[in-house]
Amino acid sequence: MKFQNKNNFSRRNFLKTSVLAGGGMLIGFNLLTACKPDAEMPVDIENLNFNDFNAFIKISDEGYVTIFSPNPEIGQGVKTSMPMIIAEELNVEWSKVNVVQGVLDTKNYKRQLAGGSQSIRFGWDALRQTGATTKQMLVNAAAIKWNVNANTCKASKGIITNSNGDKLGYGEVVKEAALLEVPEDVKLKKVSEYTIIGQEIVNVDIDKIITGKPLFGLDYKAEGMLYASVLRPPSFGQKLESFDATKAKKVAGVIDVITIGDKVRNFVKAGKNNWTFKLSETDKVVVIATNTWAALKGKKALSAVWVTDTKLESTQDHDKILTKVLDGKKQNIRREDGDVHKAFSKADRVIEKTYHSPFLPHNCMEPMNFYANVTAEKVHLVGPVQTPEYAASVVADMLGYDIDKVSLEMTRMGGGFGRRLYGDFVYEAAEISNAIKKPVKVISSREDDMTTGIYRPSIKYRIKASIKDGKVTGYHLKEAAVGGNMYGLIPNFFPAGCIPNYKVETGNYRGNITTGAWRAPYTNFLAFAEQSFFDELATELNIDTIQLRLDLLQNVKGTSDKSIQYSGQRMEDTIKLVREKANWGKTKDGVYQGFSAYYSHNTHVAEIAEIELKDGFPVIKKVVVAVDCGVVVNPTGARNQVEGGVLDGIGHAMYADFSFKDGKPSDRNFDTYRLIRMQETPKVEVHFVENELSPTGLGEPGLPPAGGAVANAINAALGKRMYSQPFVKELNDSSILS
Amino acid sequence: MPNYTLYINGKERSVTADADTPLLWILRDELNLVGTKFGCGIAQCGACTVHIDGVAIRSCQMQVSILDDVKITTIEGLSADGKHPVQEAWKEIDVPQCGYCQSGQIMTASAFLEENKNPSEEEIREAMHGNICRCASYNRIEKAVKVAADKMS
Repeated sequence: MKFQNKNNFSRRNFLKTSVLAGGGMLIGFNLLTACKPDAEMPVDIENLNFNDFNAFIKISDEGYVTIFSPNPEIGQGVKTSMPMIIAEELNVEWSKVNVVQGVLDTKNYKRQLAGGSQSIRFGWDALRQTGATTKQMLVNAAAIKWNVNANTCKASKGIITNSNGDKLGYGEVVKEAALLEVPEDVKLKKVSEYTIIGQEIVNVDIDKIITGKPLFGLDYKAEGMLYASVLRPPSFGQKLESFDATKAKKVAGVIDVITIGDKVRNFVKAGKNNWTFKLSETDKVVVIATNTWAALKGKKALSAVWVTDTKLESTQDHDKILTKVLDGKKQNIRREDGDVHKAFSKADRVIEKTYHSPFLPHNCMEPMNFYANVTAEKVHLVGPVQTPEYAASVVADMLGYDIDKVSLEMTRMGGGFGRRLYGDFVYEAAEISNAIKKPVKVISSREDDMTTGIYRPSIKYRIKASIKDGKVTGYHLKEAAVGGNMYGLIPNFFPAGCIPNYKVETGNYRGNITTGAWRAPYTNFLAFAEQSFFDELATELNIDTIQLRLDLLQNVKGTSDKSIQYSGQRMEDTIKLVREKANWGKTKDGVYQGFSAYYSHNTHVAEIAEIELKDGFPVIKKVVVAVDCGVVVNPTGARNQVEGGVLDGIGHAMYADFSFKDGKPSDRNFDTYRLIRMQETPKVEVHFVENELSPTGLGEPGLPPAGGAVANAINAALGKRMYSQPFVKELNDSSILS
Repeated sequence: MPNYTLYINGKERSVTADADTPLLWILRDELNLVGTKFGCGIAQCGACTVHIDGVAIRSCQMQVSILDDVKITTIEGLSADGKHPVQEAWKEIDVPQCGYCQSGQIMTASAFLEENKNPSEEEIREAMHGNICRCASYNRIEKAVKVAADKMS
């Protein structure tokens, strides 16, 4: 091996190194595409260009490591956990690592997205290989300096040593290492060798968060930036007829009032909106001001006339329509095993139940906002969005710019929950800046945010099961949704493979209320329906509800059916862990338990909720959770995700209600829309199944089982089954405070 | 527009604004103190909590024109070095997920602990009930307030 300065990248690892002019070494790599053998290389590799990569490691002459984290941070902890994986294989001390959110150039970013709890799962191999490869290059450089075989050298805590007792810090060999060929087939550590993965590492942005430093989109400012507030139709199905801005223009700080709508409308009319949610095609009135308050005040001073464009839908109508969809025969069969109808006709007993969920807004604490600066030459976008690449491409298309001319900088996000997958607010910001040719930040008020949302669809599930000779012989689930239906993999979740006659069918109604992904899409409600149903089945069969699940799971173990998504064995182990940790069935008097288990986002979760009655009302005291997400990268972050997911699931199942009357949302702010608050929260106790399997998702899977666990505990206490959310409505009580 | 002199984080600050402008937007837009967050605008979520003469107040409801005679503290001024016991406890417990609501949570907790040095679990839960955390990091907020109380007593 000798030093050289060409082709110093690896096709396999998709990694390139360079000596930095200011000192140190820079390693660029393409996360996520790195694991794909057919990944395309950047064409021009003569000069390391930030645009060719989406993630970087910089090692300074002093041995300090800066990792530019590539994935959007919405609170799921990847800005901490992903760099931990690199640092582990790089063999550096975490205290020497600094993590920075990578600045994005959407032109070259292949996949950068927060959603589906997939960041760690997809990044696992690439991140480890990148760390290990970089370490090997540093070791190789030291070996050349010492003129010894690299195999005789070791690296630990940023120091390379050899058998002669020589020592070199990483910083002392970076210049040479950057010029070496990138080694192939580096050896990765065993789980037992980990020193950083598995440690409790505090959120890397903690100091900035607790001291109020600017981090979020709403905090972003630029020279000459104006503020914009957008008046949209008060009801879905309406469009703008006319408006009067006389009063608004008199508000101090208001500069102008304009309308937008053309750009998005033309984009939609050209059939280019290939995203799953419907974009509003109406004109909107925009107040441009020198500060936020003037923009919001100016909007309130506007008067506008709205007319019915399509139709004005009401929740009452949706309810009837969904029942009709369930009753009708026009369903899509999504999975079918055996013959459920035969099983039902031969059964001793058939049980059928219907479950109903309301629409839900996301209510991210940071309302939707985005910055855009459209000039003749280029478009610069800054803000919180979960799909930066797609949003930038739509803006380029809408405004007629080459994608090269559109850049997007991501900020930390004040929550996402699926809402920020949709870039409608990015397009609005771009259209406004394009109209006024000035940098502008669009800010939603809470009312804007809640009433012009992209809601969790209202759904009904009808589940029917047959019992023959004490066994569950058939299972038929029908979904009726306003908007789209469950994604393709869900019909292959539990209990697929456990029951010989099994059928999942879906049908929908396409209305004009925009619906989309909401934390753990579909499963956030499906899990409640299904796990409540199995609890009821166990009562019918007169067996322990956990034993029923374990018995059923035996049928899927060792299945040759590759379409089955979950593992019978891992689910069984997870259930057994929660059963043990919660002392299932051995509680003191007055404590009632409810069980639920669900697999989603590649993670197996089982939960036991405990409630007590106070003045006859259920008070949720504790939830014990068992999780199999493979290797736990950062236990404190991982527990935080599960704790939050469980409480989020409970909060929405218990309290969240949202409906429409003549297209108009029922709630506008937190005075009437109820989110879970401190006094309603139980203690959440999280246990991880210990194994050495590759890590899987955590941002979402804690949520789906929570509603079912609580519903089943309520039944244990009160003998009352929950068939719809929110439970407080079912319990006919509005105050379940502990 | 009229001019107002405010006393914020130990300094006199002069701003020109409409009389009805809420303190929240004075802080964020005029003074670049963006740690105080906008969440609901109707005093329901607590994201905009600051201290006015030591009391936790929703800054979205305080008009700039009535604040000439009070001491205002924001998250930026809670401590010189980010080492107020509540801030330290937040770090120790690794409270935040998205982090957006946390400055409001910290301001509520710090004002509460000045009043009640040795709070019970129930008192902590009651004191923090007005602050929404959409990520639901409530278990950790509760724990961190307890840890902070121990540090302060």
